[in-house]
Amino acid sequence: MQYAAPTTVDEACSLLADNPGSRVFAGATDLVPQMRSGRSEPSAMVDLKRIDRLTSVSHADGQWTVGAATPASDLTHNAEFVGMYPGISEGAGLIGSDQIQNRSSLGGNLCNGSPAADSVPAMIASGARAVIAGAGGQRTVSVADVVTGPGRTSLADGEFIVEFEIDDAPISTGDAYLRMTPRTEMDIAVVGAAVRLTMDGDTVSSASVVLGAVAPTAVRVPDAEAALVGSRLDDETLAAVAAAASAACNPIDDKRGTVEYRTQVAGVLAKRAVVIAAERAQKEPDLHVTNTHQLHRQRRADRLLVGRLHVAARCVAR
Amino acid sequence: MSADSTSLLDALRDELGLIGTKEGCGTGDCGSCSVLFDGKLNCSCLILAPEAEGREIVTVEGIADGDQLHPLQQTFLEGAALQCGVCTPGFLVAAKALLDENPDPTETEIRYGLAGNLCRCTGYDKIVRAVQEAAVQLKTTSEQGA
Repeated sequence: MQYAAPTTVDEACSLLADNPGSRVFAGATDLVPQMRSGRSEPSAMVDLKRIDRLTSVSHADGQWTVGAATPASDLTHNAEFVGMYPGISEGAGLIGSDQIQNRSSLGGNLCNGSPAADSVPAMIASGARAVIAGAGGQRTVSVADVVTGPGRTSLADGEFIVEFEIDDAPISTGDAYLRMTPRTEMDIAVVGAAVRLTMDGDTVSSASVVLGAVAPTAVRVPDAEAALVGSRLDDETLAAVAAAASAACNPIDDKRGTVEYRTQVAGVLAKRAVVIAAERAQKEPDLHVTNTHQLHRQRRADRLLVGRLHVAARCVAR
Repeated sequence: MSADSTSLLDALRDELGLIGTKEGCGTGDCGSCSVLFDGKLNCSCLILAPEAEGREIVTVEGIADGDQLHPLQQTFLEGAALQCGVCTPGFLVAAKALLDENPDPTETEIRYGLAGNLCRCTGYDKIVRAVQEAAVQLKTTSEQGA
């Protein structure tokens, strides 16, 4: 197997075009185990991490640009990004251990094509776009259009994601991502639910609801979004969100969760994510929390709380 | 291009003779091969050896100060925070990374911070207590130094 570390996007495109059977990688946290188990045998490994554009995060002109190979921990330690996109940060911050967080990237999490990818639902909920490069030049597509099925993407041979573009969240907007796992840490989502809400006073003016791990790809739930817009988040609306989320499920049945379990939990998580997103949308940005360490601690505390809620939910379910 | 699919872990052990770093799962799940790669905690089994060109790598061999054990190594020994020892180098490197970033962690933060390191012997409690004790010692040392 060959290894190459190009330093420009053009150089990477040429390498891929000249070497059929090669694979790009960032953290390789999925690809290396696939190679070691014989499931993937690339002729060459093209390391994207030496290309500056692929590992930089910038915020300008009302838009975030996040390099596709940027380690998750770079995002979850970026106070400004976490402040604007707590939901995307929660998703990115749930991919494996600290060891994995220092390698895993949004580009890899997306292109690995797992239906349970934790960073994907909140990216879709926020309307993120992927800038894709290949021999034919660059194109930009919605993140929602990248994954076409388990392990499959719409990228052509020789194409790779350079960066993600995420527009600034409008004022009074909040997002949230919750996932259910049998363990509190180091596990794969049984259900993931991302919600983004924009509020006009106490009324929802815009809503996105996206589920992970309950269908071959992450799925939007238009019926839940329709129930939310114009509502004041009363109990009836939340019940409609839960029902729509459960109805949108087409999950697998495995040791982590049965079809019935995943379907029911999707409704519960969607409802809870709505409540958290609404609280965030209605809260003034906390300008005092600029210390990433403080944010990191808060995130840990939130995760523990979510873990406890999950345990409580399982006890109730029994 | 270079022809190489050797992992950094294998290069450290087989080519450089640094056998402190252990292989557990080989898939990034157990953390026994943890090293600091440009200062960040990583599983060396997931890194291809050629990726290391120009990068700084700290293994468990580099944690002690000459013959003087790192406080974490000392508290692991004194607190019997190991049994078979295969996971220990990874725990030491991960705990060092944790304390470098957060010198005063809560027990919960230690447990989450070390969630990427598996130990099948100790039940973790003695490991957590050893890290807590090392944090106290490091804090005292840094306060005395200041």
